[in-house]
Amino acid sequence: MSSAATTVAQSAQQSAPEPAPGAFLEHSAAAEGRTADAAHSAAAHSAAAHSAAALPAADYSGYKLVPARQPWRWVGTVLVALGVVAVAWSLATNPRWEWGVVAQWFTAQSVVNGLVETLKLTAISGALGFVLGFILALMRLSASPLLVSVSWTFSWIFRSTPLLVQMLLWYNLGYLYEKISLGLPFTDIRFFEVQTTTLISQFAAAVLGLTLNQAAYSAEIIRGGILSVDQGQLEAAAALGIPAWRRSTRIVLPQAMRAILPTAFNEIIGLVKGTSIVYVLAYSELFYTVQVIYNRTQQVLPLLLVATLWYVAITSVLSVFQYYIERHYSKGAVRNLPLTPLQKARKFFSTHAAVNLDRAKDAR
Amino acid sequence: MSTAESPTTAPPAAAATRGHVEITNVRKSFGATEVLKGVSLTVPPGGVAVIVGPSGSGKSTLLRTINHLEKVDGGYITIDGQLVGYQVRGNRLHELREKDILKQRTDIGMVFQNFNLFPHLTALENVTEAPVVALHRNKAEARKRALELLDRVGLKDRADAYPRQLSGGQQQRVAIARALALDPKILLFDEPTSALDPELVNEVLDVIRELATSGTTLIIVTHEMGFARDVADTVVFMDEGQIVEHGIPREIFANPREPRTRSFFSKVIEPAFNI
Ligand SMILES: Nc1ncnc2c1ncn2[C@@H]1O[C@H](COP(=O)(O)OP(=O)(O)OP(=O)(O)O)[C@@H](O)[C@H]1O
Ligand SMILES: [Mg+2]
Repeated sequence: MSSAATTVAQSAQQSAPEPAPGAFLEHSAAAEGRTADAAHSAAAHSAAAHSAAALPAADYSGYKLVPARQPWRWVGTVLVALGVVAVAWSLATNPRWEWGVVAQWFTAQSVVNGLVETLKLTAISGALGFVLGFILALMRLSASPLLVSVSWTFSWIFRSTPLLVQMLLWYNLGYLYEKISLGLPFTDIRFFEVQTTTLISQFAAAVLGLTLNQAAYSAEIIRGGILSVDQGQLEAAAALGIPAWRRSTRIVLPQAMRAILPTAFNEIIGLVKGTSIVYVLAYSELFYTVQVIYNRTQQVLPLLLVATLWYVAITSVLSVFQYYIERHYSKGAVRNLPLTPLQKARKFFSTHAAVNLDRAKDAR
Repeated sequence: MSTAESPTTAPPAAAATRGHVEITNVRKSFGATEVLKGVSLTVPPGGVAVIVGPSGSGKSTLLRTINHLEKVDGGYITIDGQLVGYQVRGNRLHELREKDILKQRTDIGMVFQNFNLFPHLTALENVTEAPVVALHRNKAEARKRALELLDRVGLKDRADAYPRQLSGGQQQRVAIARALALDPKILLFDEPTSALDPELVNEVLDVIRELATSGTTLIIVTHEMGFARDVADTVVFMDEGQIVEHGIPREIFANPREPRTRSFFSKVIEPAFNI
């Protein structure tokens, strides 16, 4: 049996570039031998003898490693590229797209102003929505039945009313409640009082509506992320005397982020386009602005294209952010961080260039 | 022996002055099932108590009541005379506020079966986290101390590795360093080697062996009988929520008095195991 093990080890050592696999084989064969019966070790012996006969005793230590080629991958790439070119060609050559008009309006002052409003609404209600959502998620997961039910009711109400209705309600709050005041209930003492219509501008109504709605959804996303973190993490942190707030923010949340981020970016990208719902308040964000223009000029399609191109641009930038943020939070969750696309491209070109150089050399 | 009487472990070799654990008549139920049926145990400063017993006998639950991760339903636990998780007001024991419980826990280190290292923090960050936020130690100082501790468990050169880049045995050693970073009076180990491959068990047991002579009180739940015999001042046998028998390892392994103890040891100790 020991001779079988050494034969296997030797032949493995010759074919492998490094001694490590050989050492491993030797180890496992020896370990098996301790428990295995005679028949088993005889089989191992014949297998070893067979492979030893098939392998000429050659030395490959000076050979270069060449990765496997994937010809079908190249065929697929070419087909997809052809499709893309065909679509691009039709877009470029069909005069009905009116690219001239698109170019003319793309950076027009009114369109850019609308774009800024869209970004403003997205950033403010996205940020506030997620902060409020985080608080709601913690409330929902707390031990207090009161906090749990408040959080649950919030999500229930805002997820069950159409956003459009919420917007209009906020904007028309002045109709329901003429004045908003802060004071002692059921008395005449008022510390502070304003006319509702002055407080709730178009902008305020839009931000309020989008934020509260976003908070209801993000609360669930964040709660899902927190639930995905192992209970043992909280226990270990509690056993170390780490305070509750720190446990949430330093131990649980960074781990929950891995589950939260993909859905959260979905939500934010949805929000970029979702802000267009504020057209009901005649709020001139990107989409409303474009509508106003094409109602005037009748150039419907090109102007819709202007808005679309801007939305594509925003989504693209967000996707890049998403990639790098996700990568940041995968620290420690994967054994080794995968390469970024840039690093991959660099590696692709350097290895392929090297292999092609070698091939060229071989051909000579 | 009766469960109300409090078994005391043999005095430790090193003269330690802190970490006197007194568990008195502790009861705990989960729903209708009583998991701890009045458990009493005394471990003197620097003592090493090893708790053994069949699965489900309440070993983990007992360990978790010692740092108040699990609330007791009856009885009490003191460490150096101070109640754990409660304070006396009149003739009642009032549960402490979270803040005070967290403070008490910094005196009681715990090492878990599945390590529970924070996977998004490096080994070093795992060890420095609690001293900085729970004991408000200076960061540089905590870092220096953490590196010493990592060195002590033989992992100084892996300080910047993330837990998933470490082997199971290395992870558990980081977890031990993390527990030591608070300079606890007591260390609780809940089956620290059960999640490890056999060849990794010893590197962890060696670290615990070294701790056993350092004067820290250790309470260890384990299925490693050979290790228990080596390291324990007292071996405590638990079954069905009660301490059935306890004694110095030589005696309890060679001549268990209770039939339940005898039948348990006859199952878990290999025939070749010599006392
Ligand atoms: N949170 C819980 N809720 C309900 N029952 C529980 C809970 N924790 C433990 N138990 C029960 O209490 C009993 C004792 O559990 P414990 O974990 O203390 O056993 P153990 O002695 O540590 O066993 P093992 O050797 O398998 O770890 C078991 O019957 C278990 O099912
Ligand atoms: Mg257990």
